[in-house]
Amino acid sequence: MYDLIIVGAGPAGITAGIYAARKRMDFLVVTQDIGGQAALSWDIENYIGYQFITGMELVKKFREHLEQFKVGIKEGEQVNLISRYKDTILIETDKGNYESRTVVIASGRKPRRLGVDGEDGFKNRGVTYCATCDGPLFAGRDVAVIGGGNSALDAVLQLSKISGRIYLIDAAPQLRADPVMVEKAEKSGNVFIYNNTMVERIFGEKFVQGISVSRSGRTEDLDVQGVFIEIGSFPSSGFVNDVAKNDTGEILVNCRNETSVPGIFAAGDVTDVPAKQIIVACGEGAKAVLSAFEYNNKHA
Amino acid sequence: MKTVKVYSTSTCPYCHMLKDFLKERNIPFEDVDVGADRESAQEMMDKSGQIGVPVIDIEGKIIVGFNKEEIIKELGI
Repeated sequence: MYDLIIVGAGPAGITAGIYAARKRMDFLVVTQDIGGQAALSWDIENYIGYQFITGMELVKKFREHLEQFKVGIKEGEQVNLISRYKDTILIETDKGNYESRTVVIASGRKPRRLGVDGEDGFKNRGVTYCATCDGPLFAGRDVAVIGGGNSALDAVLQLSKISGRIYLIDAAPQLRADPVMVEKAEKSGNVFIYNNTMVERIFGEKFVQGISVSRSGRTEDLDVQGVFIEIGSFPSSGFVNDVAKNDTGEILVNCRNETSVPGIFAAGDVTDVPAKQIIVACGEGAKAVLSAFEYNNKHA
Repeated sequence: MKTVKVYSTSTCPYCHMLKDFLKERNIPFEDVDVGADRESAQEMMDKSGQIGVPVIDIEGKIIVGFNKEEIIKELGI
């Protein structure tokens, strides 16, 4: 029986780990990857102490900080179910089961899927959710970016320097992204913006060859080799059913990071805390562990 | 020691994590930037049947993504 299990190792989970280590708790970190969404951020200019750092570098520093302590990290492990039985929290994963007195859920968010034909079949065959990772592979090729927010425009601006034609496909009448980004895209010369447009399907043979889009009842095929899906994210909270969530699936927490189930705490972007920021997630991870520590002392 | 080749891009965080991991374990490897080298990009697509980085080739065994467990198993470390 552990004192604490931390689910996830993004900014919230890693901070939670550092606080738990300093409190000498007997704990484990169970996570699919290290860094979470922060690892994929390009430029970070609002993490205090660094005027500029890339997500990759920041995550490396987070990791080094955590690994100063002797911490059990189960990497590449997926949590399937968290439930409470009497005073014990049970954690079932794809590799085994754990028991703990408390848990901090810091599992973050995952990219939202478009939900059209061809999306799954062509995943990593032209369809990608990580422009930062795969963008350079589409140098000189024609691509489509789906979405209209800052992450979509970020992808467009990265690609506009290297790709051929870039079609920006947005379902809304107007792009939501910051005007400064939209202006840059409009000026780039190789970005074609399609408002009010839905993606119908993604097609190809072995790799993506194009997409069908529809605008005011008219369907058009666009020849593209890459499809970058940037339509936001959803909270990764599907493995815990007993805690209260809002209608988008975010776990409800109070100012002590307590959920509706005693012993289960949550922190970071998986919760209903409004500011989805690295620095906020770090603070929330720290708070959650301090609450879990206090909970264990009270229930000793 | 097995021959190891890593297909990566300069911007991809998981590529850096993978390469840092190999360096930590003192595993020598050849690193190809598929963002800059079209021929290698095609080679990676042919070998792995997909377009996504990182890809690691451990003496013919292709692993897509930074799958630490698989890599450890394949390298026998």
